[in-house]
Amino acid sequence: MPAIEIIGLKKKYSVGFWRKSERWGLRGLTLSVDEGEVFGCLGPNGAGKTTTLKLLMGLIYPSAGEARILGMPVNDPGVKAEIGFLPEQPYFYDYLTPTELLGYYARLSGVPAGEIPQKLTAALMRVGMAETADTQLRKFSKGMLQRVGIAQAILHDPKVVFLDEPMSGLDPVGRHEVRELIEQLRNEGRTIFFSTHILSDAETLCNRIAVMHKGELRGVSAVSELVAATAGKTEIVVQGAGVDALQTLGSDSRLVGDSLRFVVASQQLDGALETIRKANVRLISVNPLRGNLEEYFLGQVSGDPIAGGNA
Amino acid sequence: MLSRLGYIAFNTFREAVRDRVLYNLVFFALLMVGSAPLFGQISIGLERIVLVNLGLTAITLFGVVIAIFIGIGLVSKEIEKRTLYTVLSRPVRRWEFICGKYLGLACTLIVNAFFMALGLFLAVLYVKKGLSFEDAHILVALYLIILQLLVITAITLLFSSFSSPLLSALFTFGVFVIGNFVDDLRGFAMLADGVQRWVVLGLSYLVPNFGSMNVVSQVAHGEAISASLVGMNTLYAALYTLAALSGAVLIFERRNLK
Repeated sequence: MPAIEIIGLKKKYSVGFWRKSERWGLRGLTLSVDEGEVFGCLGPNGAGKTTTLKLLMGLIYPSAGEARILGMPVNDPGVKAEIGFLPEQPYFYDYLTPTELLGYYARLSGVPAGEIPQKLTAALMRVGMAETADTQLRKFSKGMLQRVGIAQAILHDPKVVFLDEPMSGLDPVGRHEVRELIEQLRNEGRTIFFSTHILSDAETLCNRIAVMHKGELRGVSAVSELVAATAGKTEIVVQGAGVDALQTLGSDSRLVGDSLRFVVASQQLDGALETIRKANVRLISVNPLRGNLEEYFLGQVSGDPIAGGNA
Repeated sequence: MLSRLGYIAFNTFREAVRDRVLYNLVFFALLMVGSAPLFGQISIGLERIVLVNLGLTAITLFGVVIAIFIGIGLVSKEIEKRTLYTVLSRPVRRWEFICGKYLGLACTLIVNAFFMALGLFLAVLYVKKGLSFEDAHILVALYLIILQLLVITAITLLFSSFSSPLLSALFTFGVFVIGNFVDDLRGFAMLADGVQRWVVLGLSYLVPNFGSMNVVSQVAHGEAISASLVGMNTLYAALYTLAALSGAVLIFERRNLK
């Protein structure tokens, strides 16, 4: 049974003063996410990522189609006890402390009263907020609020965690910490569905990614397949007089002034380096090429043919 | 289910307390007690009447203002700040959220009215140098004021479930004002003809009859309030509140939270 199953989900908004104009937030999304998978939803602003998450959380109602989480309809109260949700740029009751806020959410989630103190402490420790557990949230920075947001999403040990732009607004250290936390959740076997703009995060964390654009699913692909597509290639950069003569050594060569960049297959690497040494030019860099999620993403959102297969 | 209602209500009450909404009652109580000596000077022999009239009217107006200004933000603020997202993504039904919010504000208003009434009793005690049986009628008037506040809160929630905070405040205040002149409205309807008569009569039955819950003047003059009036008003307020809350829930259940 898939952890998340979305079938032909559509969302149409009526806009304008008389609500006569229509705008599509989502145009028939179909995909499924397996249990234990980390699934990334990528797309530019207005792609339909947040709309998808809101539909899955039952915050808005679909115009057509259906969605199931753990085999249950999304509005089933039973499913709500099994999921955690971090909204984009979360804002919480700022008159509360993290302890009070998490206590409130734990009770609403149906956590037995006897287990609340232990779960609360564990969640706060996990996001590194134990020392500020009794400070009012109005004194917190954006990064600290994001951590509290993650704590409330995982507090009740949900099986499926939904994170909307979890790295948004965080500094590099904060991003690193959130990434580590998602890795921990993945290692615990939880299913994670998150939306992001940051491709490198998706590449690092996800088993599979979906690219959305203008309310449509443009492609779904396993990250490992994307990485494999460009594996076995190396980029070489050389500099010096006469580098133009080396342009035929590899493909994708680009000459700027006296610098040359080109790509060679791994089996041709030794030969190419030997030729460079004999040409008496300066070797600037030799970098193996990794899978290029950015190229895949740009290909999907620019209207190129869908290359990643189906959901 | 009931426990979730209780948690939401408690959190709403806690918000009001931490936002210092209840500070106004300290101010009010001090003002009443502090100004009590003045009543004897400006109204010889009528101190109690003026004091009770003024005190109960102030409790009503303070309560209505708090009910409207907190009530209009109960739902809209949660949507605007997106705090609602993390509540409704849990096993909380939308009707539980609305009813919990209502109960939280109702508790705030009752506590508010209680402390204000305490200030009023202290002022009466100072002016009369003691309390008598007729002063117990103030409690009946206070009960009916609380009923008005409970109805106003439900109406505020109903309006705020589909309109902007500003419009909700204007609509609710309008209903409160019209509701205090329901008898006049019915008298006017009797003088009118045709469609106008039925429209005015319909309006007078649609808005809550706050006039019948207002016994401030009688209580100020030491008159007793009949048990049947209290009982009928209790039933009327309960039904009106139930209808307004049901409307708010029905609208909110269908609403897309943008």
